[in-house]
Amino acid sequence: MWRRTFRATLRAGLGPGATGAVAGAPGARVGSCRFAGSDSEKAAGPSPGGRVSAELIEHLERLALVDFRNREGVARLQAAIEFAGQLRAVDTDGVEPMESVLEDRCLYLRADEVVEGSCAEDLLQNSQQTVEEYFVAPLGNITLPKQSEQHPVLKS
Amino acid sequence: MAAPILRCARPGRCWSLDYRPRRSRALFAEPVPGRVRGQSSAAAQEPRPGAHEWAAVVGLEIHAQISSNSKLFSGSQVTFLAPPNSLVSFFDASLPGTLPVLNRRCVEAAVMTGLALNCTVNKKSLFDRKHYFYADLPAGYQITQQRLPIAVNGSLTYSLGVGAQWSPSATKTVRIKQIQLEQDSGKSLHDDTRSQTLIDLNRAGVGLMEVVMEPDMSCGNEAATAVRELQLILRALGTSQANMAEGQLRVDANVSVHHPGEPLGVRTEVKNLNSIRFLAKAIDYEIQRQIEELQNGGKILNETRAFDEKLGCTVSMRDKEGKQDYRFMPEPNLPPLILYDAESLPVAADPQQVVNIDWIRERLPELPSVTRGRLVEQYGILPEHSFVLLNEDGLLEFFQTVMKETRAEPKKVIGWILTIFLGYLKQRNLAVSESPLSPSSLAELLNLLDSKVISLPAAKQVFEELWQNQGKTPGQIIREKKLELLQNQEELEEICQAVLAKHPQQVMAVKNGNQKVVNKLIGIVRRATGGRADPGRIKQILEKQLQ
Repeated sequence: MWRRTFRATLRAGLGPGATGAVAGAPGARVGSCRFAGSDSEKAAGPSPGGRVSAELIEHLERLALVDFRNREGVARLQAAIEFAGQLRAVDTDGVEPMESVLEDRCLYLRADEVVEGSCAEDLLQNSQQTVEEYFVAPLGNITLPKQSEQHPVLKS
Repeated sequence: MAAPILRCARPGRCWSLDYRPRRSRALFAEPVPGRVRGQSSAAAQEPRPGAHEWAAVVGLEIHAQISSNSKLFSGSQVTFLAPPNSLVSFFDASLPGTLPVLNRRCVEAAVMTGLALNCTVNKKSLFDRKHYFYADLPAGYQITQQRLPIAVNGSLTYSLGVGAQWSPSATKTVRIKQIQLEQDSGKSLHDDTRSQTLIDLNRAGVGLMEVVMEPDMSCGNEAATAVRELQLILRALGTSQANMAEGQLRVDANVSVHHPGEPLGVRTEVKNLNSIRFLAKAIDYEIQRQIEELQNGGKILNETRAFDEKLGCTVSMRDKEGKQDYRFMPEPNLPPLILYDAESLPVAADPQQVVNIDWIRERLPELPSVTRGRLVEQYGILPEHSFVLLNEDGLLEFFQTVMKETRAEPKKVIGWILTIFLGYLKQRNLAVSESPLSPSSLAELLNLLDSKVISLPAAKQVFEELWQNQGKTPGQIIREKKLELLQNQEELEEICQAVLAKHPQQVMAVKNGNQKVVNKLIGIVRRATGGRADPGRIKQILEKQLQ
C-alpha cells in the first residue's frame, strides 16, 4: 500500500520539471497547511518558507506507512504541496466548501438481503499464511524503528 | 414487597457528594464563581472545608450492533456463530475494486434509535474515513460519520432503583451527543505461544450505531442503569439485540474526578467491559483509583485502561503510542445521505430509495417508559413493580401469560411473581427462560389458591414441589400431599376443641384478657391440621369456643 501512495505523490509532483514552475508561485500564503487533515496539530504542515520538516515526514511515515526513503522522495512531496498551493490564489470567501464531487448524486440504498459471502477459500488464497481458515497476522502492531535507526539522509 | 432488583447493577455509592445543579459539572473549564469567597488565594492543594469532597464524571461511548440480515456496506450475512471468514464478501476483505453500498435497513435502524432517544435526525449526513492500521481492519480505515452524524442532541431518561422507595428525584437524564453509523472491525485472536494473531473477518463491516453519551453521569450505578435502559429501548425497537455477552453492545467509559466547583480532571478511558455488572464495577474502581492517586499527590494520565474481570481492577493498556491521528477524510465513494420527511418527500420517488423520517416515527414500537406506565394502568400495579417486570429479561412475558390464564387479581399475581418466583430464580442464579416452572403451572396454582382450595402456606409448599419439575400439575401435587383446605366445619371444630383441651393454661390466659395467646393457639391448631386450615376460620372457631 505504501508503494501506491508513493507513486501518487510522484504523479502529483508531475516529475522534476514541475519544481521550477512552482517555485515562484506568486503571493503563496503559507499559513497552516489546510490539507494536512483536521486533527494533526503536531505536524502542522510546511513551515514558512515551504520546507517540509523532518518531524512531519516522520509523522506521515508512521501514520500512512509510507517510506519516503530518500531526499528525492521528500522533494517530490514538497513539490506536490507547492503545486497544490496554487489553489490559494482563488478567493473562496463566503463559498461553502464542496465535500464530495458526488454531492448531487443520490446515495443508492440497498435492500437488506444476503447476496454475498461463503467464499472463504478464495479469500484465504490471497494470504501468504493461514491457519485453519484464519488469516495470520503478527501479534499486535509492530512499532516502526525510531528516526535515528532509519536512513541517515533524512536527518537534515 | 420485594425491593426492585437491578440484576446487573451493583448498588454502588455515588461519588458525587455535590448536590448543586448540573451546571457545576458542565463541560467548560472555568471554576464556578463564588467558590473562592472568603478563602485565601493560596495554591489549590491547601486543605479547605469541602476539599475532601470529590465529584466523578462519567461519559459513555456505546457501540450497538445493528440487527440486520446483511452488513452495512455489503451483502454478506450478519450472524453470531459461523465458520471463520465464511461471511466475508470481497468488499469486507477490502479487495481492490470493491465499493461500499449502503444498507437501507441500517439507515432505518439508526433513524428509529435517534427518534426513540429524542434526537434531531439530520436530513443530510456524511460518511468519512477514519484511518488506522490494525490487522482486523483490512482496508486500513473505518467508514464512519465524523463530521455530520445521522442524529444529534438527544436524551435518555432512566430511574435509579436502589431500595424499595421511589421518589421523583431518582429519575435522571443523560444527554445523547450523537448517533452515528459506522463499520465494525473483524476479530483478532491472539496466539501468544506462536507469536501471531489469527484474523476472522466475519464481523468486519457489520453495521454499528455509536451512541455517544455526554458526561452527565457520576457513578457506576448511574452508568449501568443508563446502559440498561438503552438496552431495553434497543430491544423494544428491534434495532439491536444489545446482548453484551455476545458483543452486540460494547461500552467504553470515560472517567474523571474533580473537586466540586473546580475544572474537570484528566479523564481515562476504560474498555473491555463485558457485562453491565462489570461496567458498574469498573467505573467505581476507576473513580476510587483516581481519587486515591490524586490524594497521594500523583497525577492521572490521559490513557486507556482495560478492566480485568478476575482482579476486579483496571489496568493500563500500553499498546497505544501517544494520541492517535486518524486523518479523517470524506468517504469519496459515498454521496451525502439524504433523509426525507412528509413535507420534503419527492413526489415520484421510488419508495425503496427514500427513507421518510415521519413514516418511521409513526410506526415506532412502544418504548419501555411507555410500557411501564401502561402496565401500571392496565393491571393496577405499582410503578416499581413494572420497573422490575421490564428489567428482568422475560419476566414481563411470564407475568402476562400467567395473567391470561388465571382469575387471580393482578396484585396477588405480582406479589407471587416478584417475591416468590423471582426470589427462587435469584437464589439459584437462573434466568426467567431457565425456570423449571411454566407460567401455566403458576396460573393453575394461583387459581386453586384463589378459589380457596388450598391455603397460602400450602400453596407455597406446592410451589416448592413444582420447582422440582417432576412433570406434575398443581392439582396432582395437592391430591398426593393431601394439602386441600379442611373445609369441613365439624372436623375443624373438633380439632380446635382438642387443642383447647390440651392447653388449659393458654385458655385461662385468654379468659383473663391476654389476646396474644390466641395467635399461639391458632398456630397450634394449624400445626395440628398440617397447615390445611385457613387461619381466619381457625380464629373464628377458637374465639367462639373460648367464650
